[in-house]
Amino acid sequence: MKPPRFAYHDPTTIEEVLDLLHLHGDEAKLLAGGQSLIPVLNMRLTSPKVLIDLGRIPMLAFIREEAGFLALGAMTRHALVERSALVAQRQPLLAEAIRQVGHPQIRNRGTIGGSLAHADPAAELPAVLLALGGSVVVQGRGAQREIAAADLFQGLFTTAIGPTELLTEVRVPVLPERTGWAFVELARRHGDFALAGVACTLTLAPDGQIAGCQLALTGVGAGPVQGSAAASSLVGKMPSATSFAEAAALVQAAVEPESDIHATAAYRRHLAGLLTERALAQALARVSRLEGGAAG
Amino acid sequence: MSMRPISLTVNGTTFTRTVEPRLLLSDFLRHELGLTGTHVGCEHGVCGACTVLLDGAPVRSCLAFAIQMDGATITTVEGLASDGELHPLQEAFQEKHGLQCGFCTPGILMTMLPWIAEHPNPTEAEIREALSGNLCRCTGYQKIVEAVQLAAGGGRGEG
Amino acid sequence: MSGELKVSGTAEAPSAVGKASQTEATGRATAHGIGASVRRREDPRLLRGEGFYVDDLRRPDLLHGAVVRSPYAHARILSIDTSRARALPGVELVLTAPDLGKLNGPLPILIPHEDLQYPRTQSALVLETVRHIGEAVAFVVARDRYVAEDAAELVEVEYEPLDVAADLEAAAQPGAPLVHDDLESNIGGHYVREVGDWAAAKAQADFVLTERFRLDRGTASPMETRGIVAIPEANALTIYVSTQAPVALRGGLANWFGIPEMQLRLIAPDVGGGFGPKVMMFYPEEVLVPFAALELKRPVKWIEDRREHFVATTQEREQIHDVEVAATKDGRLLGLKTTMLHDSGAFTPYGIQTPIISITTLPGPYQLRNYSVEFKAVYTNKPIVTPYRGAGRPHGVFVMERMMDRIAEATGLDRWEVRRRNFIQPEQFPWSTGLIYQDWAPCTYDSGNYPELASRLEALLDRERTERELAEARAAGKYVGLGIGFYVEGAGPGPYEGVRVRVEPSGKVEVATGVGTQGQGHQTTFAQVVAAQLGVDLEAIHVVTGDTAAMGWGIGTFASRAAVVVGNAAHMAAGAVAEKAKQVAAQLLECRPDEIELADGMAWVRSERERVRASAGVDGEGAPRGIPLGELARRANPLRGTLAFPEPGLEATKFFSPQQSTFPSGCHAAIVEVDPATAMIEIKRYLVVHDCGTMINPLIVEGQVHGGVAQGIGSCFYEKLVYDEWGQLLNASFVDYLLPTALEVPRIETDHIETPSPLNPLGLKGAGEAGVIPCAAVIAAAIEDALRPFGIRISEMPLSPTKLWSLIQNSSGR
Repeated sequence: MKPPRFAYHDPTTIEEVLDLLHLHGDEAKLLAGGQSLIPVLNMRLTSPKVLIDLGRIPMLAFIREEAGFLALGAMTRHALVERSALVAQRQPLLAEAIRQVGHPQIRNRGTIGGSLAHADPAAELPAVLLALGGSVVVQGRGAQREIAAADLFQGLFTTAIGPTELLTEVRVPVLPERTGWAFVELARRHGDFALAGVACTLTLAPDGQIAGCQLALTGVGAGPVQGSAAASSLVGKMPSATSFAEAAALVQAAVEPESDIHATAAYRRHLAGLLTERALAQALARVSRLEGGAAG
Repeated sequence: MSMRPISLTVNGTTFTRTVEPRLLLSDFLRHELGLTGTHVGCEHGVCGACTVLLDGAPVRSCLAFAIQMDGATITTVEGLASDGELHPLQEAFQEKHGLQCGFCTPGILMTMLPWIAEHPNPTEAEIREALSGNLCRCTGYQKIVEAVQLAAGGGRGEG
Repeated sequence: MSGELKVSGTAEAPSAVGKASQTEATGRATAHGIGASVRRREDPRLLRGEGFYVDDLRRPDLLHGAVVRSPYAHARILSIDTSRARALPGVELVLTAPDLGKLNGPLPILIPHEDLQYPRTQSALVLETVRHIGEAVAFVVARDRYVAEDAAELVEVEYEPLDVAADLEAAAQPGAPLVHDDLESNIGGHYVREVGDWAAAKAQADFVLTERFRLDRGTASPMETRGIVAIPEANALTIYVSTQAPVALRGGLANWFGIPEMQLRLIAPDVGGGFGPKVMMFYPEEVLVPFAALELKRPVKWIEDRREHFVATTQEREQIHDVEVAATKDGRLLGLKTTMLHDSGAFTPYGIQTPIISITTLPGPYQLRNYSVEFKAVYTNKPIVTPYRGAGRPHGVFVMERMMDRIAEATGLDRWEVRRRNFIQPEQFPWSTGLIYQDWAPCTYDSGNYPELASRLEALLDRERTERELAEARAAGKYVGLGIGFYVEGAGPGPYEGVRVRVEPSGKVEVATGVGTQGQGHQTTFAQVVAAQLGVDLEAIHVVTGDTAAMGWGIGTFASRAAVVVGNAAHMAAGAVAEKAKQVAAQLLECRPDEIELADGMAWVRSERERVRASAGVDGEGAPRGIPLGELARRANPLRGTLAFPEPGLEATKFFSPQQSTFPSGCHAAIVEVDPATAMIEIKRYLVVHDCGTMINPLIVEGQVHGGVAQGIGSCFYEKLVYDEWGQLLNASFVDYLLPTALEVPRIETDHIETPSPLNPLGLKGAGEAGVIPCAAVIAAAIEDALRPFGIRISEMPLSPTKLWSLIQNSSGR
């Protein structure tokens, strides 16, 4: 299990990266944290002629708050996000989900941009970005564009990022007021990719009605799956076991999971609904606690 | 492909070597530097046997290239004992029978070394979660947990 | 009962059959003697990263091998083109089957058996027909492993795919694709035995229960994969192998290559776990690496990578049992019949050991007098099956313990009570099962106390309180259950092991044995045995294992046998050295040998020492006369003059050759909670009561038990090799083949009893496999108990959440 030969570049600026992408096109692969790419290189399941290591571009690693969202550099390591007080405070759903990515050793190397660009159908972060309505900023030669999460994920390991573009920044909206959150996943073992997982937020109006809900799932499709119908079905209702169960049923109807060696499609569909209910209940408990705390 | 010189510090000593881009950090440490205490169990980032500290943080050395390590500071299991004396974490593993074949042990030591510094008096549940990125096939983990608990000044019973 | 039993941790002498006072003989009373939980002596080296595993061997002239493996499970090789691989810079050698000539094989059968009517063995490289995925097709040697893998990719092999026999049941049917087309079917072995009269038992029974049980394939996955280095020198060949059987492998390879044994040194250095598959021989690479080294006259290394390990190392556990059990309405077992299919994989180099162990383990601790057995060992287009820790025992125990639970259900009796009514009683030993064991010796239990095991387990569990808590949890809507399981395992088989003990003039004691060590702590336990005889500190003892230059006789470390067979040989050899030391000392001190005491590394006149000790040195009598052991060794090997003894020095080699296996026993219990919505399980408690006879080092025994349980839990819920209908392995990585982590293995509570074996001087029985054996049965019972409202039946292992969820969905319950 030794990787095939490749030419190696470790540019220090984004411009250099873009030049290299133009020069090598499909023959190049970007190396971020390497925690997904290097295993498949070691197994020789892929043989890029050129690796462009992003690890020497300091300006790609940052976490800062901007107007209404957190901006995270593509090369920000999972461990940094996990330990960020800013993330924990402003977008606790991201903080909760990132702790479920792999193991500590993986999170010390893995990057947030790498995870999203890799677009593994059972990964945690794509579902979080999709649920929160986040986006990514990609840089091409002379042009920058922002891609909404809903447009970013285009199927198994596929994104809307062009072959000569570089994901530079991830934008995650901050958690609104009176909002609870939950990331609930089920994996065979701790740290494994999810058999199914749900990211959700639940916003209550002052009268206790559901004012907003965001919902996305992982592990139950070719990419992260948005639970739009389920989320919108809840708006205007009082949170209850019944309304959550109805939402869960809508989720089950919307997902199209596949069978594999770890789970049947039927089981995954079942889990999608069950975990939706559990995630909503947890989000509700959190928002209620926040509200209770505010009242007290 | 073009070789490139790198310079890095391993266990306090600076090494300069010329490496092929594809050379894994694990192979570099073991076969170029002769630091064979770092073991290779799966080469796809699951077993944790190859864990070393990169700038103080545990990482899988099978999931990094040596060429990326120019300027880095690395600690391997060989850097743990000082002046011939076992580190208290190593002592705890002997005391509690926290190893059998010893193959996974260096990776576990390197994973837990920074962790116990950050987690005084951990619970059993916390230790088990911290260990969950390292596979051991011999011990059933229980005596590893006890060793970590001993080294971390634990004793806070059930978690 | 009290006469049979020795409570763990006490210093009381055992009083089992034929065992007089052992306390003195075994040094049980000393701080590092037998029975002391000594910290392991091998640990500091391993903890510093100074272990020496095969891949740690470095040499400037070393070359590296890579194997080209078949991507098909069954195919004919039409052509192999190695020209592009040979042309790659850095490549030194590319081998295909014809290059090896007769050395290619078929390789010899390791363990033939009269009921393996059609043995077939693998070759070093496939000549014509590939029979399982990953079979070795070509071997490349290059300047480093990276280049070797580059070259392996350039070897072009043209295959004609053939029909595949992947599924065990389908492969056993007439008309199935033939794994070996010179045979008429895939049935390689057919074994039939009858003990007592099953038909009569069935006729007398109040009821007969039938069920089908299935256990699926897993892999041992030691953290260190296999590895080999062969170093040719002018007149000799040295081979380093990560093996459990170094001496046997040396003998086999010397014979295969026509090299005199004395010129072939084989070393098993530190081995990073074995668990059975590293006993197998020959693996193709064990022929390829020495062959290439001899051909190139340079050292060659091959290290199996993890992907290879999944298809190139042997596997185990796939069996299907059809069972009938006859019983009375008061819960007495009258007879049992099982018809079994065993998946051998593509070849049978290891014979039919695993299914034989299964069927001979099945009777367990129960008085089974009428037993009818038939099994077929079936060839399939899957990797070879050889023993993996447990080696068929978990299957036998699964069948019997599941049926005990069924009898309890059918009779309305308590599960514990049904077992108690059928236990072999302490006064019934030796108990003959009427079967012949895997060692061709009678399967006759040496000693044990099964009712006491049950009582201890109930006590450890605090059964009354536990059952109350379970009832409360159920009332609160939780799905919790208890499972129990008992086993008796044949362990410590012959033919023999030998130990050489030698006192050097420095006073250091060298202990050499032919077995290898893979984490069992032999540096510590064998030293404890020797120290007890010679009266020396452990620090004075150096144990050499797994080097044919140090000890050229031996069989290997497997079947929970190293402690039993080597331990007793060490006891005997050290005893002989002690006798010699006393004789030499008696001459010098002018007394009788039986007046000499060995202690603190010296020989003393016992009476003098006792007198001085009694007076605490105040009566002015002076120090007792003592001679250091090293001095005795020197005196026994003079440079001139005459020797007063037939042999020089203080050295003895002794062999222990047991005439049958020992029979450790034990029982486990688990409390499991199931979330029926997700079908995820949580093991709330796991308990083990264990009897391996005398324990040399209880700390190490406990570690062995823990490790076994962890592997057992893996086999219950996580570890399953998934093959598709084309014989492709779908989960050949640690991402998809799930080894339990620290979060999946629960805290394990243990207790021990010691009923010493009357069959060996130390009373040992063997501890290596105990943890794994009843695990599947216990977890199955606990899950079934937890899900009793759903009325599901667990008759298959491993489970997974998705499979358990389907069972719940299809159940009749709520």
